[in-house]
Amino acid sequence: MTSTRSATIFALALLAPALIYILIIVAYPLFDTILLSFTNASLKAGYDFVGWANYQRIFGVGNFTEVILRTIIWTFFSVSLKMVIGMAGAVLLNAAIPGQALFRILTMPPWIVPMAIGIYMWSWMYNGQFGMISGLLQNFGLVGGPVAWLAYGHTAFWATIVTDVWIGVPMVTIYFLAAMQSIPKDLYEAAWTDGAGRGYRFRRITVPLMVPAIITMSLLSLIATFNSFDIIWILTQGGPSGSTTTMIIDTYKTAMGSRKYGEGAARAVVICIFVSIFCLVYFRAVRKLQQGEAK
Amino acid sequence: MSFHDAKATLPPGANPLAATASSVATLSKPKTKARSTKAMIDRYQWYEITALYAGIAVFLFFVLSPFIEGFLVSLKPLAQLFSTPYSFIPKTWSFDAYVNMWTSVPALGLHIFNSFFISSVVTLIVVIIVVPAAYSFARFNFVGAGALLGMFLAVNMFSGAVLLIPLFRLMRAMGLLNTYFAMIVPGAAFLIPSSIWLLRTYMLRIPRELDEAAWVDGASRLYTLRRVILPLAMPGIVVVSIMTFIGAYAQQFIFALTFNSKTEFMPLPVGLFAFFGKQEVVWNELMAASFVGILPVMIVIIFLQRYLVAGLTAGAVKQ
Repeated sequence: MTSTRSATIFALALLAPALIYILIIVAYPLFDTILLSFTNASLKAGYDFVGWANYQRIFGVGNFTEVILRTIIWTFFSVSLKMVIGMAGAVLLNAAIPGQALFRILTMPPWIVPMAIGIYMWSWMYNGQFGMISGLLQNFGLVGGPVAWLAYGHTAFWATIVTDVWIGVPMVTIYFLAAMQSIPKDLYEAAWTDGAGRGYRFRRITVPLMVPAIITMSLLSLIATFNSFDIIWILTQGGPSGSTTTMIIDTYKTAMGSRKYGEGAARAVVICIFVSIFCLVYFRAVRKLQQGEAK
Repeated sequence: MSFHDAKATLPPGANPLAATASSVATLSKPKTKARSTKAMIDRYQWYEITALYAGIAVFLFFVLSPFIEGFLVSLKPLAQLFSTPYSFIPKTWSFDAYVNMWTSVPALGLHIFNSFFISSVVTLIVVIIVVPAAYSFARFNFVGAGALLGMFLAVNMFSGAVLLIPLFRLMRAMGLLNTYFAMIVPGAAFLIPSSIWLLRTYMLRIPRELDEAAWVDGASRLYTLRRVILPLAMPGIVVVSIMTFIGAYAQQFIFALTFNSKTEFMPLPVGLFAFFGKQEVVWNELMAASFVGILPVMIVIIFLQRYLVAGLTAGAVKQ
């Protein structure tokens, strides 16, 4: 188009509503979080700047490093399981067998129902006395007595991971499935003509060509999982005795439970730093993949 | 969560447009098997078929068991729920929960409506804001466009939970606490970036020549957007609307929990807390209410599922 200057003005005018909205509702709170993290803000009106005191407190006293470590382990297992199960699901749903279309639809519900409602269902399934998992395991004689999954630290830790995986798997599966279907069919046909078996074709064609999809999905999933709140909050509220307290839960408890806004903000800033690092890695990866494609 | 360029996810040489189209097509109707290499390559031995169906059964059991169990729970009387030994199938079937839930939580109908209402308003706001922004990013290579787009995407990575404290203060300052808008306004904000990304991808596929032809014919920029681009981008806008609605519908929890305490504005996920009584949770009614609450939206979404796949394939990601 001709005049670049008026084009720029028009472009910015079109962007303005989105920009203003995001600046007010996301950018300003982000800035405010950083600001608050240097104050002793609480329920009381007014606050003073306290310098690095909040940061010194969270890293000095208590178990913040333990919380960070736990968050990393929780996220690692959750993301890995999502990728593995999602890939398995995509392979299964990609097979040309009767019922394929129906199976694909049946994969979606965890993704489209309100997360909280899916989690309520899980919280009943985990019930030790009367829940399905403990109940069925007892019926099949696999465990001696009732297992209250959410009552013990290590089982609660895994229970929250399983539910997180359950919510994430449909999206990963459908995404991998779409990536799988975009692989040119003639590659498989050529390999098949040359006598390559199904396993060989999967290893030598599917997996290498899916690498970009796997990388992008793992990184996106990593960020979402790291920020996961609803699941743990509804199932355990971070308990028992802190065994499922991830950084997000920890921040929420400090800020909304104890109403220590300043200290909560400092914890939130640490989360933001982690997320920013993931973000940078993600953007770099996407750029690399695009460059690779351009060649 | 976020979107990213569809291209990045596709193998070298693949055309993202064709990939989207074909995956949508194959999902809606399984391909008819012609007598060609394609049919032969897809031929399975009996043990392979068995293994595939067994695998799918295990996979779908994992995905669907909470729903199956939840549904069976809704059909069991409470006394039977709280009895041992466990039985998966109800011993006595009862639809009482579906009747009683309306009296034990009188606002249930309102909660169901609120969920739908909040998601609809969020979707409306997002679409109105996103259409011009996506067009702007798709067509005008102004200075800083790349950086701005990157900023929008970065916003996506921060969850509402992290920014809860300042958001709470902001909502209080704006006088929005305990209103619908306390859930709508922040809810929309975190869905805007990904929607811009998705719609931009769609708009990039509309040939630039059309804009230029309209321009040559003397149409103003705004007229071009309204009369040339909008109709052509309609399928993309539909996908974005559905993705946004699901995003808004699925994630109603933390803002509703923190920014609103009035029963009449609560969406379903938070309204269901009413079934968590002081002594015990009324599980059968809770499950019955969940199913009745999500059913209308579920049915609609099942019919629209091919758009969901299109949205995901173009790089949409929700969690």
